[in-house]
Amino acid sequence: MDLAFTKEEQAFREEVRQFFRDNVPPDTRRKMVEGRHLSKDEMVNWWRILNKKGWGVSHWPKQYGGTGWTSVQHYIFNEELQSYPAPQPLAFGVSMVGPVIYTFGNEEQKKKYLPRIANVDDWWCQGFSEPGSGSDLASLKTKAERRGDKWIINGQKTWTTLAQHADMIFCLCRTDNNAKKQMGISFIVFSMKSKGVTVRPIQTIDGGHEVNEVFFDDVEVPIENLIGEENKGWDYAKFLLGNERTGIARVGVSKERLRRIRDLAGKVEAGGKPIIQDAAFREKLAACEIELKALELTQLRVVADEGKHGKGKPNPASSVLKIKGSEIQQTTTELLMEVIGPFAAPYDVHGDDGSNEAMDWTAQIAPSYFNNRKVSIYGGSNEIQRNIIAKAVLGL
Amino acid sequence: MDFDLNEEQRLLKESIDGLLTDSYDFEQRKKYMKEKGGWSKAVWLKLAEQGLLGLPFSEADGGFGGGGVETMIVMEALGKALVLEPYLATVVIGGGFLRHAGSDAQKAAYIPGIIDGSKTLAFAQLEKNSRYDLFDVSTTAKKKGDGWVIDGEKFVVLNGENADTLVVTARTKGDRRDSSGIGVFLVPANAKGVTKKSYPTQDGLHAADITFTGVEVGSDAVIGNPEDSLALIERVVDEARVALCAEAVGLMDESLKTTVEYIKTRKQFGVAIGSFQSLQHRASDMFVAAEQARSMSMFATMANDFENAKERSNAIAAAKVQIGKSLKFVGQQAIQLHGGIGMTMEAKIGHYFKRLTMIENSFGDTDYHQRRVADAGGLI
Repeated sequence: MDLAFTKEEQAFREEVRQFFRDNVPPDTRRKMVEGRHLSKDEMVNWWRILNKKGWGVSHWPKQYGGTGWTSVQHYIFNEELQSYPAPQPLAFGVSMVGPVIYTFGNEEQKKKYLPRIANVDDWWCQGFSEPGSGSDLASLKTKAERRGDKWIINGQKTWTTLAQHADMIFCLCRTDNNAKKQMGISFIVFSMKSKGVTVRPIQTIDGGHEVNEVFFDDVEVPIENLIGEENKGWDYAKFLLGNERTGIARVGVSKERLRRIRDLAGKVEAGGKPIIQDAAFREKLAACEIELKALELTQLRVVADEGKHGKGKPNPASSVLKIKGSEIQQTTTELLMEVIGPFAAPYDVHGDDGSNEAMDWTAQIAPSYFNNRKVSIYGGSNEIQRNIIAKAVLGL
Repeated sequence: MDFDLNEEQRLLKESIDGLLTDSYDFEQRKKYMKEKGGWSKAVWLKLAEQGLLGLPFSEADGGFGGGGVETMIVMEALGKALVLEPYLATVVIGGGFLRHAGSDAQKAAYIPGIIDGSKTLAFAQLEKNSRYDLFDVSTTAKKKGDGWVIDGEKFVVLNGENADTLVVTARTKGDRRDSSGIGVFLVPANAKGVTKKSYPTQDGLHAADITFTGVEVGSDAVIGNPEDSLALIERVVDEARVALCAEAVGLMDESLKTTVEYIKTRKQFGVAIGSFQSLQHRASDMFVAAEQARSMSMFATMANDFENAKERSNAIAAAKVQIGKSLKFVGQQAIQLHGGIGMTMEAKIGHYFKRLTMIENSFGDTDYHQRRVADAGGLI
């Protein structure tokens, strides 16, 4: 048992950090720190910088452009990226559909899609959830019917993150109505520019526009856009969701936010002195930092285990990551609310021109708090995670 | 980075788990509690036979040169089996003082007896008003000729009833809450002027309140610097905290396992109560709490070797906070999920709950350590 990173790993961390310092556009970083939304161009621009460096799809197999890093290196890269902070690669392309394509797709599909995912030539979105199928995803109703050399797709998806930017969608569609619900689903990809695709924005409680409803009305999709086998889509979806077990804890994100809280709490006054000097606040902050340290260690246990024994069998501790990771992210946004106090209320009166540095940081704190309620809901709600632990780990 | 045990450590774990499976089920434990002093000499000698009492001592001192991970393995196993024998008091704490600061003569005089199981120790530190502050010492040690005269009262001294030797903190200089002027003394339990009031503790162990009235010891009784041993005391107590964290992880593992088994078999409304989602979620939360505790127990074990004493103490304090929060949740919910049967002395779960609860109140509780971490500037 040994907690220490090797010399090589430490050098790697320094290399990654230096690359971020030299290459993340300052304005992108500032917006991330302040919890602002980035424009499509800002994100794509950064991802192309990453891809040019060869780090855009770091965890993919080498033949498809991956780095061949160890699981510890991936951990370090993610932590540094999250805590710098800089935008993480677009999960829908890089972490979700990419691995499905290189694992289950045919050669033609790999050639066609993978390089474009890596360079974000296509922006991908995820067509999983439906109005009637949230936690019970397998009950989904969006239908793909075979007609000649085409799929005809009808139905509706929802919570489709950043679909307003998307060029492509990977979509779970029902292709067999008679089979048991998990058995009749297929994994089909198609262009968001297709005739019959309508995207309608959903405004969330923070006032932002991240998610959308997507409607399919007799959308025609070439037959070769099926990934893998017909009616095996549920297996690919499970593979996809299980693929990113360790990133979900978002330890780096919470670390960065806690550093920011400590920094701001040294400036904002309460009772005539900086709020960091208030013992009760300080203890609350320490409590959150301790929880995060425990989570970081749990994550490292999973990472070390994967490095040693491969990704085949999930470490039981990995189910802790989503639950605790989301709770801690939410706690950090609560602490920020506490620091800002009554100045949480004003809307973004200064806009985002960076002209009023003294006040600009306050504008996004309440929205970020509101927005972060999502993290215990998405990606399998924390209640679903508890079901998983009860069944898969405790055998209940 | 590696969280796996190496081959030798795996063997150690197998060997102690095997020993305790054979000789420490809940019924056997009840018998041991009734033996003189509240624990089994026979079990203690078995631990000695397997080399477990000599684990952390250097080979030069007749031990096996084990490190923090080895102690963690043993403490987890002792927790899992709810062991009564004074491993913490004798090997971890008493042995810790000897390892870190004992003179060659002291090591030669005490360590062989610890290793062969013939002698046990107890740590007389807590005072009426000191609570968790290790520097708060009113007991005095005054110079007399070459030796010292000790006066004062110590409370809740674990294994105080049975120990052959007491490791006593006493003030040689300064005022009650001064950080300098504290010494550590080895006092024979049968020395003139030592009086003990023994009692069982809430968790089934035994402790004593001990009064020292003009107790005379020689110059060879002093461990380390008689006027400046707070750092030594903090070092050894940090090791005790790390050991308690590991013991708590073992206790939580067994509590969770027992609870899950129970709700799988207990039927109400015609079905196993473990089929109800509210209970499943509670059990899942217990699992999460136990895993977070395990991570911090490992962190504390490795932090024990940090060279910077402040970083070491801060990390161990953080671990004690996580363990405190986890053990309270796991312990309380284990009782809740057992229902009425969990309230009875006959069911083993309550005994695990009680030991967990006493660990929370040993060497600094959650609030105490949380404040320490906060005052040290946090953990990020």
